[in-house]
Amino acid sequence: MRIYATFVYLFLYIPIGVIALFSFNAGRHASQFQGFSVQWYGKALANPFVMDALQTSLVVAFVSALCASVFGTMAAVALQGIRGPVRAAFDLLIYVAVMVPGIVIGIATLIGLVTIFGQLNPILAALWPGAAPPQLAMGYGSLIAAHTLFTMALVIIIIRARLAGMDRALTEASSDLYATPMGTFRQVTLPLIFPAILAGFLLSFTFSFDDFIIAFFVAGSETTLPIYVFSSIRRGVTPEINAIGTMVLAASLILLVTAQVLLRTGRRRG
Amino acid sequence: MSEAAYAPPSAEPAAHPIAEFRGVSKRFGEVLAADDLNLSIRTGEFLSFLGPSGCGKTTALRMLAGFESPTSGEVFLDGEVVNDLAPYRRPVNMVFQHYALFPHLTVAQNIGYGLRQRRPKPPRDEIARKVRAALEIVRLEGFENRRIWEMSGGQQQRVALARAIVNEPKLLLLDEPMAALDRKLRKEMQIELQNIQRRLGITFILVTHDQEEALSMSDRICIMRDGRIVQTGTPRELYDQPRNRYVAGFVGTSNFFDGVVERADAYRARVTLGCGIALEGRVLAPVAAGQAVSVSVRPEQIRLARTATGGETGWEVTILNRIFLGEHTEYLVKHDGLGEFMVLTPRQAELSDGPFNAGERLTASWEATSALVLDNDQAPQAN
Repeated sequence: MRIYATFVYLFLYIPIGVIALFSFNAGRHASQFQGFSVQWYGKALANPFVMDALQTSLVVAFVSALCASVFGTMAAVALQGIRGPVRAAFDLLIYVAVMVPGIVIGIATLIGLVTIFGQLNPILAALWPGAAPPQLAMGYGSLIAAHTLFTMALVIIIIRARLAGMDRALTEASSDLYATPMGTFRQVTLPLIFPAILAGFLLSFTFSFDDFIIAFFVAGSETTLPIYVFSSIRRGVTPEINAIGTMVLAASLILLVTAQVLLRTGRRRG
Repeated sequence: MSEAAYAPPSAEPAAHPIAEFRGVSKRFGEVLAADDLNLSIRTGEFLSFLGPSGCGKTTALRMLAGFESPTSGEVFLDGEVVNDLAPYRRPVNMVFQHYALFPHLTVAQNIGYGLRQRRPKPPRDEIARKVRAALEIVRLEGFENRRIWEMSGGQQQRVALARAIVNEPKLLLLDEPMAALDRKLRKEMQIELQNIQRRLGITFILVTHDQEEALSMSDRICIMRDGRIVQTGTPRELYDQPRNRYVAGFVGTSNFFDGVVERADAYRARVTLGCGIALEGRVLAPVAAGQAVSVSVRPEQIRLARTATGGETGWEVTILNRIFLGEHTEYLVKHDGLGEFMVLTPRQAELSDGPFNAGERLTASWEATSALVLDNDQAPQAN
């Protein structure tokens, strides 16, 4: 059993380890190690296309994580007050949203948005007073919307768990001590679930930042970092790609660990 | 049967009750948690709701706090109907069973929480002064900047109490506040709570399932069962004039002899027990011939003697067990017809008659007036 487990882990992590290792390759081939060097990191960071894609990814990840945290928190708190079949239905839908494969979300969002844009653009053109009516198209907006929808479910699940672990008597006590519902939310609920919100934000950020499949469908003319990596691989793998991958991996790991730590401390204090 | 029919005069509500239930019922789905509650709470009194879990006492408290609104009937607070008034609009504060202190705030911030919600907001130094005064009352001076999780259970309870009394509420509600404390601490806290209540003059309403707690602290006790108020009165009234067997069993201990009323008038009744023996007893609430009743005799009202005394019916008993309690000695005795029952003998009686030993055959007797004929509405339930 132990040997079996070891093999599973080796199978999972050797490719990642190899990618990280070859990012320090002095040579320009991804298959032969020719001495240690960090030159590919320098090259990657100096590449304007990489930096452009990185910027796009960061903006999309930040905005969608922010939206997901805000809307997710609102949804989680609201769901707390609902009982019975309505709540069960929402719970189901939230878990489904997490389990639906990215490719389905990608295609569905693409088809949905294209259809809506196709309907809206002529109306917009007819109503627009100026000469050049705005055209709704795929891009930042669609990327952020799709990522928000997907990651919001995660935020809801995380915050719901935190709320469920919170003593109901705390909000009652606050209400008993003359705090209005808004005051209770601001002074008791929010501070107590804040670690969970932050953890949800970091997880959303990581998911959005690492996402390729959904972005591939809805990015339009924008290029996120994963999309850039995918398209450069088609031109041949250089250690530059390895360097980018390793940096993304390191950043993601840091965020995920931070999120875990936040969730743990929040639970202990609460 | 209405309670007023045999409520002693002192149980009449005061001219200006601070809170009142008028025909209040609360239904949770199929469950009737509170069933037609009628009760006046007097200004400045210490009232306890006593009963087993699920008897509706917590529901009654939560309707006063505003966490539940009654399905029917009216809850009055200071002369006004407050059925649907939100908790944060009521001049009422609660000490929660598990304290419900805010873990992200310090002790002082917890206590000042209610004051900070007032509009206009009181100045900082006024809040600080009041918080200090409240900490002094609960004897936790200097704990202002402690964190909640650094405090022991007993200290947390004091913080919870301070957080409530600092607001000078018209009603202070206590939901089994002592349940989580150990025995010794509980005893201390009971005395302290009573002192604080007398000092501040705030009306205290306590919910408990611990009869000793209710008896030692309350001015009046409201005994509940299955969502209903069974009897309300001072501890002494409940002890001396229980309305039925349930109350007699809940307040203090008693010996119960179950039987059927043979004949009864307004003052006395003759009860035939299952074994065929007939007992005479005093009637507090009217009983009718044929009714299932219990004859209740308190252990301390039974006398044991080596020789039968004249005038009273004596019962030949054998001592099964003896427990020396210092002031008193508790005997478990057995009579062939009546079965086993308890006798509590004061030390004084033993000094004259000498201690009785296990196995000894004696005469047990009591005055007919100390035997109470009580409605036995709870057939299989043990006391």
